Amino acid sequence: MITRISHYTIYVLDQDQAYDFYVNKLGFEVATDATMDSGFRWLTVRPKEQKDIEIVLMLVKPGPMYDDHTAAQLRELIQKGKLGSGVFETNDCRATYAELKAKGVEFMSEPKEQFYGIEALFKDNSGNWFSLSQKPKGN
Amino acid sequence: MDLYARIVRAKLFIDEHYSSPIDLETLSSEACFSKYHFLRLFKRTYNKTPYQYLSEIRIEKAKQKLKAEIASISEVCEEVGFESNTSFTAKFKEYTGETPAVFRLRAMQTQHLVKTQPTRFIPNCFSSQFSPEE
Repeated sequence: MITRISHYTIYVLDQDQAYDFYVNKLGFEVATDATMDSGFRWLTVRPKEQKDIEIVLMLVKPGPMYDDHTAAQLRELIQKGKLGSGVFETNDCRATYAELKAKGVEFMSEPKEQFYGIEALFKDNSGNWFSLSQKPKGN
Repeated sequence: MDLYARIVRAKLFIDEHYSSPIDLETLSSEACFSKYHFLRLFKRTYNKTPYQYLSEIRIEKAKQKLKAEIASISEVCEEVGFESNTSFTAKFKEYTGETPAVFRLRAMQTQHLVKTQPTRFIPNCFSSQFSPEE
């Protein structure tokens, strides 16, 4: 039986810039930042209040996993904002929206009431988009 | 400025000025609320008081500085806004379960391992698929 998810991958265009976005803008902490002799960098982050997950900020570039064409295609999809990467929960969507907006985060939609809570959509600095969601009280 | 922007402004003020003494009066005037109203709204928004948030930020900054291995523990204490080593150590232990000295030692050991044996920290399925063979 699978009990939980421990790692989740977000594909990024530049790991230094992704580090800046996820750590300095979203306020995540670095879980692991290890570089192999080959230059492969394993950079993982997580929300400070959720210690049981590592979000892998994986650089998309040609290499053993992707040939030149595939890497270029994937980078283009990310950059165009075609890859939605998940939902981040917050206690207060409107306050988090105001804070991230003040820090220069690009939003695709303002906080709106939905049947499942309050939701806004934002993009990271690679182009991946996320839902920022607040559950209704009592859930 | 809307209510949220005002509360956020106070939070960002803490983020920026955590190393200086910050009192409720300063924060509430930053947000243009009465002290009582500000306290209530901040707690409702972040599920913690401004003082709890300030303490958390100071401890987080201290952790980063302790990992950087440059400043002494006393210097870190001062740089993040604590008035004495005793109060710093007590608050640090309350939040992390370790003293600053033990935290630094453990962090240095981990950093050494990350540098010298990175593959211990990377699941093999990733390192073997994404990295050229070493």
